[in-house]
Amino acid sequence: MNIQATAKRAMRDAFGETLVTLGGENSDIVVLTADLAEAIRLDAFATAFPERFIQMGISEADMMGTAAGLALAGKIPIATTFAIFATSLGNQPIRVSIGYNKANAKICTSHGGVTVGPDGATHQAFEDVALMRMIPGMTVILPADANEAAAATRAIVEHDGPVYMRLGRIPTPVFSHPDQGFRIDEAPILRDGRDVAICAMGIMVSMALEAADELASEHGVEATVVNVHTIKPLDKGTVTDAARRCGCVVTAEEHSVLGGLGGAISEVLGATHPVPVERVGVADTFGESGEPDEILEAYGLTSAAIVASALQAVGRKR
Amino acid sequence: MTSAVELQSLATQLRRDAIRMVTHAGSGHVGGAMGAAELFAVLYGGGILRHRPSEPDWSERDRVVLSNGHICASWYAVLARTGYLPLEELETHRRFGSRLQGHPARAKLPGLVETSSGPLGQGPSVANGLAMALRMNGSDARVYCILGDGELAEGQVWEAAMTAGHHRLGNTVYLILANDVQIDGRVSDVKTQEPIDRRFASFGWEAQRVHGHDVDALRAALGDDPDEGDASREATGKPQCFVLEVEMARGVVAWEGLAKWHGTKPSPKEAAAALEEIGEALGYEDFPIVAGNNNGARP
Repeated sequence: MNIQATAKRAMRDAFGETLVTLGGENSDIVVLTADLAEAIRLDAFATAFPERFIQMGISEADMMGTAAGLALAGKIPIATTFAIFATSLGNQPIRVSIGYNKANAKICTSHGGVTVGPDGATHQAFEDVALMRMIPGMTVILPADANEAAAATRAIVEHDGPVYMRLGRIPTPVFSHPDQGFRIDEAPILRDGRDVAICAMGIMVSMALEAADELASEHGVEATVVNVHTIKPLDKGTVTDAARRCGCVVTAEEHSVLGGLGGAISEVLGATHPVPVERVGVADTFGESGEPDEILEAYGLTSAAIVASALQAVGRKR
Repeated sequence: MTSAVELQSLATQLRRDAIRMVTHAGSGHVGGAMGAAELFAVLYGGGILRHRPSEPDWSERDRVVLSNGHICASWYAVLARTGYLPLEELETHRRFGSRLQGHPARAKLPGLVETSSGPLGQGPSVANGLAMALRMNGSDARVYCILGDGELAEGQVWEAAMTAGHHRLGNTVYLILANDVQIDGRVSDVKTQEPIDRRFASFGWEAQRVHGHDVDALRAALGDDPDEGDASREATGKPQCFVLEVEMARGVVAWEGLAKWHGTKPSPKEAAAALEEIGEALGYEDFPIVAGNNNGARP
């Protein structure tokens, strides 16, 4: 199946719009921000539901603890900030007040990964997924495009339990159908092939689809593309089946190659069906300033890098 | 109304319970637990908390957040002494399989532990969140958050203090056990926290100091004004902070005020001498220790 992107849209825009709809449907939803309301597109929610919008100021740890308290009293708090601030500054309360308490709090972040661009290394989250994966009971979601972000926002509100969801800042290709729905436990297969399985998350999914086109047309290699929108709990069945069918795997993530999607898939396949795995992602390094496209290119987060890794993985098959 | 003598007896028993629990466990935090005995007695036994031991998850209950979770021995004891837990369970504290974890765990005691605690500085934020939710629901229940003074060095406490002040969480009460002791010595030597009441006042709080071992003073400070009813405190919209002047390991003269008793277990001999000094509590019996390692621990 080929999926053609129709246009570009930022996931945070879809998120903000969906929050207003959900806020009208469910009066338990409370939205918190740590001085980043506009950046995360919360203004519409704040206007529509001022009594359920909590401005926390620049206090990420306090925001996470407050969200936990709201959840423990029956609310559905959605705590928002940038990915790096949520998962580093807010880590201890996320671990104990939210995770250990099994609080029904949703941590929703934007500006994940490298695409925060010119702000540089301090603001680029390469490790947020790894940190959140290690919290027992935490669901970790990275939608692939704006339509999926909207569907995922609804799904996490309906899900009972703590969730970390990372959204992108910049407009990225929209390829999923607005009405496709979202199942947390299911990694959709976007394209079927038998030579290599590309498991991608977040904005790398559209690049994986591009790479699959190029692999087919230029190299005669047929790729399966799996959209791993939920890194935890991982859809082990789909990933293992894809590895079994194709005999090798490429992972692609806008995140460190350590501890994120590449790590999670390697853990699963090591136990279920060991095959060669090539990981596309950020090496073990900090980032730097630059336009998002420049950073993606410089740090090897491109469809060309996925193609190269796919050919390498295919070459490693016995 | 429970008499001061009865409340003091309960406090004495909580002190005995804490010493016996930690000694039997072979580890734990006895000094802070002893210092909080009067507070727990007055909160649970002195008509301060609105609660129903027969219905722990009553939606209109006042919430208690024990932010300095390490002092939980006397807190578990007061829960047992007021009908929330079987007395027999106290001997399982800190043992494998026990609901009475080394630090309070919501997963082990749902409905009783409002929030898990242990890492310091986290309770106030959770308390604020509970208070915001109660206010949104139109409930007049209050949230009581108990902290230590050494704990105030955690920055998150002051983030939360700002939040409660700014959002005018008048249904929120912080109870700060100020014993001027932390693991490495005097709080005033390690990192100064005083004047705690003035610091909170500058964050938009009503703050006052109370003698934390005087059950009458505690009840007078924490209780509602009989002339104005329970709406008097919320009327200002200001959160309330009580700085409770207490002593580490209060009740055993040789231990009082010593940082050692933050986390040192008493030897059986020290424990016996301490219990002798504290004396028996009128109207109470010690919880049974059946002997044996995990005896009584619940799966």
